[in-house]
Amino acid sequence: MSRPAAGGAKDQVARLLALVPYLHQRGAVELEVASQALGVPVAQLIKDLKVLLMCGLPGGFPDDLIDVDLDVLFGEPEDDADEATAAHDQPKSIIRVSNADYLARPLRLTATEASALIVALRALRASADADTVPIVDRALGKLETAAAEGSAPAAQIDPGVTPQALAQLRSRLSAAIAATKQVKLTYWVPSRDEESERVVDPVALVATQGFDYLDAWCHLAEAPRLFRLDRIHQATVLESEVVSQRRPRDLTDGIFSLNRASASLVTLGLTPEAHWVPEYYPVESVRKRANGLLEIDLLVGDEQWLERLLLRLAPAATVVAPAALADRFRSTAEATLTLYEGSTVETA
Amino acid sequence: MSAPANSRKSERLLNLLIMLLVQRHFVPKQRIREILYPDASLDAFEKMFEREKEELRSLGVPIEVGSLDAFFDEPGYRIRPDEFALPEIALEPDEAAVVGLATKVWEHARLADATTDALRKLTAAGVETDASALQIAETRLTADEPAFDDFWEATQQRTPVAFSYRRGVADQPTLRHVQPWGVVRYSGRWYAVGWDTDRAAERVFRLSRIDGPVTSDGPPGSYEVPAGTDARSVAQRLAPSAQREPVVLLVRQGSGHGLRREANLVQPTVPGPDGQREWDRLEIHRGSGAADELLSYGASVFVESPARLRDEIVRRLRLVREHVR
Repeated sequence: MSRPAAGGAKDQVARLLALVPYLHQRGAVELEVASQALGVPVAQLIKDLKVLLMCGLPGGFPDDLIDVDLDVLFGEPEDDADEATAAHDQPKSIIRVSNADYLARPLRLTATEASALIVALRALRASADADTVPIVDRALGKLETAAAEGSAPAAQIDPGVTPQALAQLRSRLSAAIAATKQVKLTYWVPSRDEESERVVDPVALVATQGFDYLDAWCHLAEAPRLFRLDRIHQATVLESEVVSQRRPRDLTDGIFSLNRASASLVTLGLTPEAHWVPEYYPVESVRKRANGLLEIDLLVGDEQWLERLLLRLAPAATVVAPAALADRFRSTAEATLTLYEGSTVETA
Repeated sequence: MSAPANSRKSERLLNLLIMLLVQRHFVPKQRIREILYPDASLDAFEKMFEREKEELRSLGVPIEVGSLDAFFDEPGYRIRPDEFALPEIALEPDEAAVVGLATKVWEHARLADATTDALRKLTAAGVETDASALQIAETRLTADEPAFDDFWEATQQRTPVAFSYRRGVADQPTLRHVQPWGVVRYSGRWYAVGWDTDRAAERVFRLSRIDGPVTSDGPPGSYEVPAGTDARSVAQRLAPSAQREPVVLLVRQGSGHGLRREANLVQPTVPGPDGQREWDRLEIHRGSGAADELLSYGASVFVESPARLRDEIVRRLRLVREHVR
């Protein structure tokens, strides 16, 4: 279901089927206003209007053609680049379309358009406050009626609930990004089970693998960091301006980033229950051993992270090398077991 | 960008649309050729017309095929204006503002485009979607699962599907045949709910655990979603992670932050399993997978109840000890 290239004839027709009724509804419209409202750049809009000049009823007489009233269309060089400039120099250009009554209404919504819009509104409803919910419900009701007579679009697509607190946090962070203000975060680091306060320069809100993150420069770590939104306990927008300048990071390779210089190579043995590990975490190499055992090498920047992973997998993962890490894991497991074996609570 | 050939094609597509839209009766193919494709050979006309008709259809233009009359079997085409046009829709300014916000919700390229296209049509119909006046919290919808698009389509067209599915991350994939009823998002992940035809039972599938392509397993519209089905409640009933029970823990002070933020009962400073008093008693709710999570805290967390969970943790830690010997 890939979309055709932006310059395709099909897309141009789709734009025209919105442009003609838009102008028909409103009469004379400023070129810039139409460009904004329809989300079509001015230069493209002019090209689209030129196509319209040659369209109309199938009689072939001049009277059959759609009338396009656009002063910038004429007397301007045919060159693309100049068109855009010309439009810019004449921001008050008025466009008008007539003799196209048969295109007075836009094309109805496709099933995908209707359901994408309706599911997006359901998601908004889930995080809206009590005053807004009735507005969303009214809008949803009218759209569901208009979108498809008889059938209920997207009846069984449920976007779930974004907790209101999370939605509010998003709004606060995006306001801070727009205003280039620093933010003080109280953040829980699960790999170390630590909660800490830090000041960050927010860069962007990003989403990957089902979670939302704040991409920011962290002044505590003095490095770029991603903060998962649902692990931010508190966020206060500060008066102070951000001091670092960064572009949003490229997340196409995933969110795992590692300072390879300070990381050490660890070899683990995995029984089948833990064979998902190399699919989930980046590893250096994977080797098959006898009895369904998998041996993996991975670069570890934080030994505490590794220990928590090993405990979570217990007993499906063992440390093959280095020996010091194997000892550390063994003694932590032993200390945990001692809590149960030494306690007065009965264990089976 | 738009070569002359391209804009000529746009002209032809739009003229074809107008021609079929303004005629009350079916327009014979021969007349379409005379008016719009005068220079094309019969063969070239057939190919171009076939392709361009389908392009209009893919935009959502309802092109009907019919016979002109009983004595003449040449096919004709038309577009019925009432099926072509968006029905009247009168949105109040506050409703329109909410609709305007919908364009920012999808973080999924195809559905974000579809929402923008829908908004453009509503704008063309006279709706003014100025969202700047509205105070509403931002919401984003992601759908990274490769199988999402297939299930989105299959659910709406009621197309049975076949796919390879892993029940757990460690399990071998098996081939499943399902009639999808709905898709539900739950804790940031998408699930499909439907009828598993091999097992003759309702089932829930986590879309991220689908391996490889989702293929059609029958024509669209080949089943009905049972009346009264609520995909969300089916997912909650069947998803293993949704069956939660209370878990009582002792957590060492200064640790277990991830657990503390959702604990619904805190009894501070109680004696711990080590006889010291620097422990807090917490109650949380967990489903399957609780042992993995609680084990990761090592000696900072001690499970008091349920006994089954405590026994599983002890059993797994003893296996670590035996393995080492």
